[in-house]
Amino acid sequence: MSNQELHRQVMWNRLISVVEEQAVTLVRTAFSTSVREAGDLSAGVFDRSGRMIAQAVTGTPGHVNTMAAAVPHFINDIGPERIYPGDVYVTNDPWKGTGHLHDITVTTPVFRRDELVGFFASTAHVVDIGGRGFGPDAGEVYEEGVRIPILKWAERGTLNDDLVAIIRSNVREADQVVGDVHGLAACNETGRRRLLTMMDEFDLTDLDDLAEFVFDRTHRATLDVLSEVPSGTYRNEMQVDGYDTPLTLAVSLTVDDRGMHADFTGTSPASAFGINVPITYAQAYFTYGMLVALAPELPNNFASLAPFTVSAPPGVILNATHPQPVAVRHVIGHFVTDLCLGAIAQALPDVVPAEGAGALWNFQASARSAATDNPQPPVEILMFNSGGTGARPTLDGLSATAFPSGVRTMSVEATEQVGPIIVWRKELRPDSGGAGRQRGGLGQVIEVGPADGYQFEFAAMFDRVDNPARGREGGEQGAPGRVELDDGTPFPTKGKQTVPADRRLVMHLPGGGGFGDPDERDPEADEHDRRQGYVT
Amino acid sequence: MTGARIGADVGGTFTDIVIEGADGRLHSTKVLTTHDAPERGILEGITQAAGDAGIDLADVTQVIHGTTLATNALIERRGAATALVTTEGFRDVIETRTESRFEQYDLNIVLPTPLVERHDRLVVSERLNARGEELIPFDEPGAQAVIEEIATRGYEAVAVGFLHSYRNPRHEQRFRELLAARLPDVAVSISSEVSPQMREYERFNTVCANAYIQPLMASYLIRLRDQLRDRGVTCPLHLIHSGGGLIDVDTAVAFPVRLVESGPAGGAIFAADLGRRYGRDRVLSYDMGGTTAKICLIDDFTPQTTTTFEVDRTARFKKGSGMAISIPVIDMIEIGAGGGSIARVDRLGQIRIGPRSAGSEPGPAAYDRGGSEPTVTDANVELGRLHPDTFGAADITLSPERARDAVAHTIGAPLGMDAHVAAAGVTEVVDENMANAARVHAVENGKDLAGYSMIAFGGAAPLHAARLIDKLALTELIVPPGAGVGSAIGFLRAPFSYEAVRSFYTTTEKFDVEGANTVLTELAEEAQAFVSAGTDAETTVLRQVAMRYKGQGWEIPVTIDAAPFDELAAEGLANAFTKAYVEFFGRAIDDVVIEAVSWSVRVASITATPESIELTTTHAGEAAPTGTRSIYDPTLGVDVESGIVQRATLRPGDLVSGPAVVVEPQTTTVLASHHQAVAQADGSLLITRETDR
Repeated sequence: MSNQELHRQVMWNRLISVVEEQAVTLVRTAFSTSVREAGDLSAGVFDRSGRMIAQAVTGTPGHVNTMAAAVPHFINDIGPERIYPGDVYVTNDPWKGTGHLHDITVTTPVFRRDELVGFFASTAHVVDIGGRGFGPDAGEVYEEGVRIPILKWAERGTLNDDLVAIIRSNVREADQVVGDVHGLAACNETGRRRLLTMMDEFDLTDLDDLAEFVFDRTHRATLDVLSEVPSGTYRNEMQVDGYDTPLTLAVSLTVDDRGMHADFTGTSPASAFGINVPITYAQAYFTYGMLVALAPELPNNFASLAPFTVSAPPGVILNATHPQPVAVRHVIGHFVTDLCLGAIAQALPDVVPAEGAGALWNFQASARSAATDNPQPPVEILMFNSGGTGARPTLDGLSATAFPSGVRTMSVEATEQVGPIIVWRKELRPDSGGAGRQRGGLGQVIEVGPADGYQFEFAAMFDRVDNPARGREGGEQGAPGRVELDDGTPFPTKGKQTVPADRRLVMHLPGGGGFGDPDERDPEADEHDRRQGYVT
Repeated sequence: MTGARIGADVGGTFTDIVIEGADGRLHSTKVLTTHDAPERGILEGITQAAGDAGIDLADVTQVIHGTTLATNALIERRGAATALVTTEGFRDVIETRTESRFEQYDLNIVLPTPLVERHDRLVVSERLNARGEELIPFDEPGAQAVIEEIATRGYEAVAVGFLHSYRNPRHEQRFRELLAARLPDVAVSISSEVSPQMREYERFNTVCANAYIQPLMASYLIRLRDQLRDRGVTCPLHLIHSGGGLIDVDTAVAFPVRLVESGPAGGAIFAADLGRRYGRDRVLSYDMGGTTAKICLIDDFTPQTTTTFEVDRTARFKKGSGMAISIPVIDMIEIGAGGGSIARVDRLGQIRIGPRSAGSEPGPAAYDRGGSEPTVTDANVELGRLHPDTFGAADITLSPERARDAVAHTIGAPLGMDAHVAAAGVTEVVDENMANAARVHAVENGKDLAGYSMIAFGGAAPLHAARLIDKLALTELIVPPGAGVGSAIGFLRAPFSYEAVRSFYTTTEKFDVEGANTVLTELAEEAQAFVSAGTDAETTVLRQVAMRYKGQGWEIPVTIDAAPFDELAAEGLANAFTKAYVEFFGRAIDDVVIEAVSWSVRVASITATPESIELTTTHAGEAAPTGTRSIYDPTLGVDVESGIVQRATLRPGDLVSGPAVVVEPQTTTVLASHHQAVAQADGSLLITRETDR
């Protein structure tokens, strides 16, 4: 009996290692910047009914439960009777996958001795998906690119050439995109082989018993965690700038000993632009926020995610419905974590940080030749940039650090190698962290201009300009963001515009909110801040 | 080379000295490391070992030294008062790092404090573009003002890091000239010399690290050299560097950051040399000590290397939690799994091991020195693998009762297991952790572990190694003699080598023939100069370029056969890259531009080919056990009566059939029922397993 317990523990560890291997392979082969730098990918193993047993820990919370929810859709849409050995399935449906067309999810069934034992699934962000390109400007999802319903990428080992041809003829970088789908299928295949080896080693005929063990252990630990949160309903509202008009995000969080439910009633209606969020993606950032606050040790699987549920009236911005545009759903989606943390802070005042910059300040531009006589081809440029995080109950906020996103910034030198851009300044923004017993993280100042002979066409999507990060428990708000040209001309923070050839764009990224009464700040910490120039 | 040679490895606890006599025989000794002045321990050890071996110190022809001193100075922040001078607008590069959290599920993470704090980072107006062309000229008056500030504040060391200096070092060099003229006694390091690689965060951090430890390391190395001379050791002193080769003292004084991680490098060279002797061209080296386990892949007798690594991964060995250093280094993964690693039960009822370690003080509960938390060592004691009668360390009497109590209390009780099953759980989990890390590491490097031979050394590795080859489905395991001082032996096997690396961007589409040729020529001259400073032996030259498909973030090293390049080179490079890509990932991608990012030239002296040793599983007879004891067999899940064999009594051809333990002063090799060991001509054990179990 006890040896069985040991075997199960070892096998659980092994499954986690297998999905890590799956994810590592994807990171190294994928073409898109956001996979590489933001860990915008996911990998997991599922039981035969589509319940997720283990998921790799990757960079971005956006896949926390979107992936877990995807596989049952695959089983349902393909039909259990049409699942064969050697099959591979694919989709990028925003409402069945991860919230926008740019993420492709591939699922592979695993058979052992002709019996279906489980599935591997993986998701990665691809460089292009056709349509208008990556941005908020589509009026409907139809304009955002090709939508692949759940289909067979391969059946019994034979590639679906028709589907490949359709994808190839609808995207801009066909080789890279199709290459990435092959990569997804290949990493699932690695997982499949490793799993079968493990089943041989432990003499398993199916995964049912192991899955039950994992779910049972996790379920009990999750309930244990929930029991530490006082039951009740906690409400929070947050104003954010939005794209064309300010938005209210609202949540009513109900906690009891069986789960946590977030209802987003009261949230503003969906936008005419592609910043809308399918609810599966809002659920991901809600769940992430709760897990990071309450139970960092809990692994992501069916049992740990099941207690975290969401609802919202159809058509609000956190429950976008087809065919509303959703391409850049992360811009608003990332605020869901702070929104929900703000609610649960009422129950857990010693755990939850102040609000932070929240959404990334990505610099996404198309560099075009300024000269008309000898035009150079346009070059797409993407830089990830982060403001400050909110102060924690016992620690200052993190300066220029992403939260809740797991994104990493790229080296300025590498960026300048790739595109005709000069980054003239990228350093901390003094005095931008909200004052408090614990100070908010600093934002940063970034000054960029086109290289000689170029100008930028540039899609601005910068939030927390009109609505800075709020402090908590008496802490002050972080500095709001600000954008201008280097001659002092204010620059709109939303929408498509041009940075002329001889000008630079100056971005002041928002700071995080402070925590606690500023008068209670340790004088030594204050002295240190002044000496280092964090505070002037 | 005739005469005696000495390898000296200064570790955190022990200083290991190995002397190889002119006859090729090895003599070793261990003394306690003297932290206040490590040279004292070295001299004591050398004197002792030479005396034991009957070797006159005047007959020593070479001393090779590796040390954790550089690493420790960084970790413990014991370096000089250091300023960083950098490009205006980029003062905070080493503080903002990658703008990410290394642990996604921890609200309370603390990022490492930068080596040089913001107050000590000064800026000069200047700017180059990615091609090394001047966008803003170097501001001489501004630089002079910064130098006056350096003088006023009294910094002992200065690091200089300007943007794109890897393409054009002139601004950094100019600053150094001005500084040297005004403050000749201040140590200065410039990033274009220390680490001319693209990516400012890593390069600036590396130049800061170099400047920070330079005064300390320079004074230490010069003291050591002088004191050796005083004792009559007049031969050259050489240092082992992180890439696994030798450099002379002057080079080490200029680039002390290259000494970081030099001790573990010795272990990998040790394993690589054994692989060559045994004719094993696919080796997984496995080193396990008190706090961590280290794994390295060694193909074709060359340890795998990389150009970036992290020092002091404070938080659970997580990527991103340490200090990024970009220099050529032997690529090892380090796992928080050693004999002293502490076991616990988490919220999910899962057994977890490490990364906390009981260290040597108080040590495992079984040491009976006040430790009460269960460690891997305690589990091994409970399972009978370690035993008071055969435990090597003279000053420690193992207490099986303490071990059992600790395991029973912390692991057994919450899981409803008896101590024995709980201990089996601890060892299974730690073995599984190591096996999983090895698999992921192999996948990361596009390798398949099938066909690899494991070479195990370090005090704790032979206890776990046979179980690991089961889990990894490897066919053989070699436990060499002298495994307790493997790094120091490895030093004696290292060539003189220097790897020069520089970033230079071009593509196969618009290949810059002249630029690539210039880079390769300059790198070769630089590397050759460092090697020539230490030896006049013949050298080999390895040229590589790191390439990737445009848009990808990870490069594959491609070896360059012919140099210089001509107009047709791009196609050859593209083909070589495609071939390498297919080897890594199974398929190539058509019609995507291929980028060349970083270039390296490694010059190494040719070392004598070691005498080859034929490993064999044929045996003459069964070794006689000196007794038996009951030991847990994880494949059977029960205790089995196992033979106890003294390693010192084994002669070549002796067979040890599992279940058994082979004991020696520094370690114990554990064989389960399906393992067998055959003693080889050089004293190593070749362990194989019956695969049908």
